[in-house]
Parts: sequence; C-alpha cells; structure tokens
Amino acid sequence: MKQPIYLDNNATTPLDPRVLEAMLPYFTEKFGNAASRNHAFGWVAEEGVDYAREQVAKLIGCTEKEVIFTSGATEADNLAIKGVFEMYKEKGNHIITAVTEHKAVLDTCKHLEKNGARVTYLGVKEDGLVDLAELEAAMTPETILVSIMYGNNEIGVIQPVKEISAIAHKYGALFMTDATQAVGKIPVDVNADGIDLMAFSAHKMYGPKGVGALYVRRKNPRVKVTSQMDGGGHERGMRSGTLNVPGIVGLGKACELCRLEMESEAIRLSGLRDRLESTLNQMEESYVNGNVEHRLPHVANISFKYVEGEGLMMAMSDLAVSSGSACTSASLEPSYVLKSLGLSDDLAHSSIRYGLGRFTTEEDIDHAIEITQKAVNHLRELSPLWEMFKEGIDLSKIEWAEH
Amino acid sequence: MAYSEKVIDHYNNPRNVGTLNKDSKFVGTGLVGAPECGDVMRLQIEVSEDNVITDAKFKTFGCGSAIASSSLATEWLKGKTIDEALTIDNMDIVEELALPPVKIHCSVLAEDAIKSAINDYRVKNGLEAIVLEKSHH
Repeated sequence: MKQPIYLDNNATTPLDPRVLEAMLPYFTEKFGNAASRNHAFGWVAEEGVDYAREQVAKLIGCTEKEVIFTSGATEADNLAIKGVFEMYKEKGNHIITAVTEHKAVLDTCKHLEKNGARVTYLGVKEDGLVDLAELEAAMTPETILVSIMYGNNEIGVIQPVKEISAIAHKYGALFMTDATQAVGKIPVDVNADGIDLMAFSAHKMYGPKGVGALYVRRKNPRVKVTSQMDGGGHERGMRSGTLNVPGIVGLGKACELCRLEMESEAIRLSGLRDRLESTLNQMEESYVNGNVEHRLPHVANISFKYVEGEGLMMAMSDLAVSSGSACTSASLEPSYVLKSLGLSDDLAHSSIRYGLGRFTTEEDIDHAIEITQKAVNHLRELSPLWEMFKEGIDLSKIEWAEH
Repeated sequence: MAYSEKVIDHYNNPRNVGTLNKDSKFVGTGLVGAPECGDVMRLQIEVSEDNVITDAKFKTFGCGSAIASSSLATEWLKGKTIDEALTIDNMDIVEELALPPVKIHCSVLAEDAIKSAINDYRVKNGLEAIVLEKSHH
C-alpha cells in the first residue's frame, strides 16, 4: 500500500496518467501558440484547444463558445464577480453570496465593497445549506448577482442551485456558482440548473494545476463580463493572455474522463465514504458535520471532540487529511465554514476532513479508519478535556483563562 | 509546516503523561488555555517538604507543539526546587524544541502552566500566590 494515504482530494487531486498522456505532445512537438493564425504550429495548438473546449462543454451541458479558459477557479471567480459588477453597474450594485463560500468569492466581494458594491452575506442553516426564504428576502431591484457555491469544499454539502437560480432570475439577477468541488464529481448541467456563470478548476478533477474555466452564458440571457486582464483579446475578449495549451488540453481530457466515469465513480466513492464515516462515527463523542443527504459523494467531515485537529493530524502522519483547526498565533480562529454551521469553536478545532478520490482504494479506507481510531484514542489519553468529560465535569462551566 | 525532531520525539513519546491527586496538599495543579482556542494544558507538580519537585505530570489538548512543550516542561521540572522552576522561561522551551514563530504561544502556555501549578501549590500551603506578569499571547 502507498504510504502516506492521500485523503485530501478536496485540496487537490493527482493528475490522471491518461490526462498526462494527452497533454505531453503539447509541451514538445505541438508547442505552438494557439493564437498564431498563419502557420501549422498555431493551427495544431488551436485544434487541441478547440477539442478541449468541446470536452469541457459536453461535461457541463453548454456550447463551446461559452467556455472561457482561465488559470483556475480563483481567477474565474474573480472574472465573474468583478466582471458582472462592472458590466451591470447601471442596473444595480447589490450582490448576494453566502458566508460559507470560498475565499476567492468572499474576498472578491469584499474588494468590490470598497468600490461601491453592497454585498449581502447570507448565513447558512445548521446543515450548511442556504435558507431559500432568506435569500428571497434579500433580493432587491438593485441585485445584479447571486453567487452561491455548488458543493462546499470543507463539508461537501450541495446547495439547492436550481431553487437558488430560480429565485435570482425571478428578481432579474444573474446566478453564478463556484462549482470547483462539484464539476466532474456529480452531474452539473448549466441549463437544467439555471446557471449563468460557473467557475471550476482542472486540478480538482485529476487534471493539472494552473488551469480552469469560467462558463459564461450566451443565450437567455446573454451574459457579459468586463475583462479583468487586458491584452491580446483572447477568449472572446474576456481573458487576455496566451492560452495554456497543454493545461487546457489536460482540463479537456479530465472533463471527458469525469463525464464517462462519474456515475460509477460516485457510487464507489460514496460507498467508501459511508463506510469510513459510519465506522468513525461509532466512536464516542464524534460528530459528522454538514447535511448528509445533499452532499458530494467523496467528502466526510468529522469532529472528534476533546482532541485538537492539528495534533490529531500529526498523530496520523500516514494519512494526508485536513483539519478545521488552525493552531497558529496568526490565526487561532478555526474554520469559518464550520463556525457558520453553529459549531462551537472547540468542535471546529476538533474536525478532520476526509476527501476521497479516484485513486482511493478500499484498503486505503480500512487503513484510514484504523489510523484515525488509534490516533483519536491516543490523543484522548493525553487530553485533560477528555479526562474531565469522563469524570462528568461540565466543561462549559469552567472559567477558562483568556488566551 | 515541518516539525523539529525534538517536537516529534516528545509528541510520539510524551514524558510524564498522567494525573496526580489534585486534592493532595503536596500537589499543585495548573490548568491553562481554553478549548475554544484549541489549546488546554494541565500541568501538575508534586512537591516534597523541602520544596523540591519530585514528580510532574501533564495532559494537553492541542497541537503537536503544545503537547511537546508541556512534555518537555514536566521533564525539566522534576528534581528542581520551586524557585528554580520559576526561572523556566518560555524562550528556553522555544529554543530546545526549535519552535517556529507561529508556535511560540505553545511555549508561553507551558510557562503559564508551570507558574499556575506552583501558585496552586503555594496557596494550598498557606503561601501567597506569586503575581505573574500578564503574558501576551
């Protein structure tokens, strides 16, 4: 078995060897600039890009002309939100998003607030889902954009995007979604879901890092964004910069593989995830975070009370996972996503995120269960809080020293 | 972030994990930190009639550096007099464990735990608590 076991596929995924194979010629013999119109080198590169655009479009149910290649989802989020804000400022300045969004959305919105945007940050329910009534109540005639992520990166919950887009459209606003964790993992169809703009990235779906895309709707309605990068007018003028041809080819191939394998893969992964989760949840004082019904097939987020996440990860050095804890003097704050579910700070500090992927095996999961159980038990032996809990002391009644 | 070898050693083989009888008048207990902050240390010392620390135990909820800092503290405390123990400075821990700047607060917490345990012992035995300078986290 490979050691350590990689269960951090929400952070990034390994490149699928089939994707690499598709990319390789575009580093060497097919090195041309896709914008070179007058020779074969350019044409070959352009062909590669065009084919990739088809592969991407097919996965998300759009046309090729609606795919704008970017350096990743962060850039796509920036382009979508800033681009819409600038393009539609005559109509209004109000943007609605949610507190559990990725920083690429939240910080972009914060940036726009300095430029005259009014932003509503919706809270979420205990299960991590947006309250539709609350969303509707926040809509105003000035609302130009609703930006709600498809699947959450930390807890994996899937937002009711169809209902959200319907509400946005009812009030004449556009609907944008950061679908970085969802595209390639679950069926995402921009028409069925009513999506006007959608950001996603290759490296979360077994493609290369440094490439992603923004879907921009061209019909019903025709959506426009101002470019955020000026230059040669690539990507229909929305994103200048020489195209990353090998990366784009990789994204295309990754999308194709996901489209073909998604159905069986989702069943396999949710089976493994459920086994991991239900076994670990049998441990005393462990809690599953987020809605378990509406969520991505490959994510589990569990808090092991009375054990601190970073310490726990250290005890699980054979396991690559991530934690909602951040024990550094710069940021003692635990995960804002978990806190927004109403989780207490100590439970947020005790959380571990398991992100399964295409290369996760049954054996990996069995081993991960064993490693986690052993580590949690070991650290609880070291934990004064666990001892106090076992003695029946109510920890909430203790006056903890300010720290 | 990579941990130093010494942190890993203390983390994998923590010294003096355990619990002393907190009701004994020879035992001083310090409980510092808060669950919300992700660090809680409990450090206990057992003191002989001639003011020598004969035993020290800890339990810590926290990251690897917090566990290592408290483990190291118990090692250093054993055999020291109370007065000697009071001279342990958090920067000694930082140096010994090669803690990076973001983990200095773990050593501060360990120093607080030592002082808090000593004060508990002193108060139990009719001595005045030592006024601690407010440490900055």
